[in-house]
Amino acid sequence: MIPSIVQPSNSLLPLSVRDLTVAWYRKPVIWDVGLDVSPGQLVGVIGPNGAGKSTFLKAIMDLVPRASGRIEIFGQSYKRSRHRVGYVPQRESVDWDFPVSVLDVVTMGLYGKIGWCMPVRRKHREAAQQALERVGIGEFAHRQISQLSGGQQQRTFLARALVQDADLYLMDEPFAAVDAATEKAIVQILREMKQAGKTAIVIHHDLHTVPEYFDSVVLLNMRVVASGPTDVVFTRENLEKTYGGRLTLLDEATEAMRRRERTL
Amino acid sequence: MRTLGALHSVLAFAASSLTDRSIRWPTWLEWQRVLFLQDYNTRVVMLGTMLLGLAAGMVGSFTLLRRRALMGDALSHATLPGVGLAFLIAPSLGLAEKSLPVLLTGAALSGIAGVVAILYVRNLTRLKEDAALGIVLSVFFGAGIAILSIAQQSVGHSAGLESFIYGKPASMIESDRLLIGCTGILSLLIMGSLFKELTLLCFDEGFAKSRGYPVLLLDLVLMGLVVIVTIIGLQAVGLVLMIALLVIPAAASRFWTQNLKQMILISAAIGGAGGFLGAAMSALFRNLPAGAMIVLVCSALFFVSMMFGTERGVVVRALRRRDLNRSVDHQHLLRGMFELQESRGPKAGIPFSELQTLRSWSSHRLLSEIERCRRRGLVFRDSGQHLSLTSSGMVEASRLVHEHRLWELYLITHADVAPGRVDQSADAIEHVLEPELIAQLEELLLQKRRVQGIAPSPHPVDATEHVS
Repeated sequence: MIPSIVQPSNSLLPLSVRDLTVAWYRKPVIWDVGLDVSPGQLVGVIGPNGAGKSTFLKAIMDLVPRASGRIEIFGQSYKRSRHRVGYVPQRESVDWDFPVSVLDVVTMGLYGKIGWCMPVRRKHREAAQQALERVGIGEFAHRQISQLSGGQQQRTFLARALVQDADLYLMDEPFAAVDAATEKAIVQILREMKQAGKTAIVIHHDLHTVPEYFDSVVLLNMRVVASGPTDVVFTRENLEKTYGGRLTLLDEATEAMRRRERTL
Repeated sequence: MRTLGALHSVLAFAASSLTDRSIRWPTWLEWQRVLFLQDYNTRVVMLGTMLLGLAAGMVGSFTLLRRRALMGDALSHATLPGVGLAFLIAPSLGLAEKSLPVLLTGAALSGIAGVVAILYVRNLTRLKEDAALGIVLSVFFGAGIAILSIAQQSVGHSAGLESFIYGKPASMIESDRLLIGCTGILSLLIMGSLFKELTLLCFDEGFAKSRGYPVLLLDLVLMGLVVIVTIIGLQAVGLVLMIALLVIPAAASRFWTQNLKQMILISAAIGGAGGFLGAAMSALFRNLPAGAMIVLVCSALFFVSMMFGTERGVVVRALRRRDLNRSVDHQHLLRGMFELQESRGPKAGIPFSELQTLRSWSSHRLLSEIERCRRRGLVFRDSGQHLSLTSSGMVEASRLVHEHRLWELYLITHADVAPGRVDQSADAIEHVLEPELIAQLEELLLQKRRVQGIAPSPHPVDATEHVS
């Protein structure tokens, strides 16, 4: 059984996931996830804390070892299509006291293009500046990142992904604790991406805005509860299945495995 | 290649013939000889330790930012068994037992073994990195001490080996300085060419991985640099104090700058100065060991940086806080006077006692703020000690009151703050309001309500008649 967002019309889907299982120290985090995403879609990934949403994104990029499963991005492995994927990690994942400027952070998105040991050139800085203008914080380019507000930090990370000019964007909670202006700016960027035929998979927490922001949703709680077009799948019943009724048996099995792991 | 022991005994003889065990103030001639680098031996040592400090300062910046600062400590302690084993094994390989390359190779190998052991303990057990560090550091160091004492009992000429523990730069010769210099340049080249990649590694490991950078390899390069610097530093400052050169200059430079390149340069400068001056002190005061002096000079520089660093030094931050407090007082005073004059008419002066009851400020604090405002021509004090705003004070106060009330309105209409509490809440935030935000507020509130001039106070503290 493969819950699919749109029936695949060709084999070069931005993302195709089969039977994905990921375990942290043999404690399963996501079970048997399958998913197809077609181009030009804004996909929201929704689920309670600890449902494995971040792990799901990381597994797509081979950042965490997967126990089983196959992942294809534009018909190829992540390693081969890496240059077509842009990643926006969680804002809290880095130390914002680090001694670099906003522009420095954005140019990091170009390091792959610049190549090993080569210096950052003016055209790279200009591209980074343009990305900053796009997210609306062009005037902060030369500020130290420690002086940014939460929303500005998030926009910096978004600019770093934009500057890569990728085709598939993976975003880990870009809307978490940002101001209204930033939220608006991010939504605007997402729509522009969609118009340019790009695909974005976005972890999202605010259920109210889901129908407004996303074409399709993936309801995730260790496994895919439901996925598909927002107006079909985003129902009270599915949400209750995702958030309310914990999968007691799965929980217990997990817990038992972890206990055994501890005594090993 | 020379042997350590011979030089060691020569120097010990020289030292004991010059002075006995007492420390005395050097003569003018000695100052001159040391500080102007006239003495050959001292020159070799001072330049050598300076280069070491430069290299350690640079490498240390990255390890500090990677939060691996203590890894260097474990690594340097882990070199000791290697030194002892190399000494014991060398003769059977047909090499001179105290040849420096042999000893340093042994040190490097066991240092690397120590780091590998830490990684293993961390990955195979549920122990955290600090526990793994503590265990490996002490086990290797203990083993090293044991091996050294075996070496001393079984083989004759082991004197001088213990200088690796506390360092003995006086035994440095020209070729050592060359070695240190070359290693310094090598590490500079590596860090210069991998600057981008190392920065990304330290800032955002997850993103680096997602872009396909071999994070493990980059970490190994960084650890390799630490190994190199530590090994060449063993002779000069010793393995116990080596960590100081890796951590202190880098930590000190954080007080001066927010720019990574500058941070590395400043860190190198502090490390270099520490090495140079420390060796000079040791040359001047014959019985003070150089390793300890280098560390002490570095920590003195650290203390100066911590206090007077232009970016995050204690003094700068205290001044900034004082400025903020003053601007808060300034706003409170002008706003308070404005509102009092607003309610009783602009002509009447305000007695000091009334101002004091406005807020919970000490009379000293209030008086000094009044004095500052008087000097800037904002407040006027008449013969009866009553205070009033001058015309330019009125302009400034109107602006402040305007901003305050805008903010209050915003809080009431957009943030659901109760009108009774709004004054306080507005107070807490408005001191950090930036001009762009004020403009936004004006656009948001005033256009809607068609209020012109100064908005009326939204809560009933004072009469709401206002000056325009």
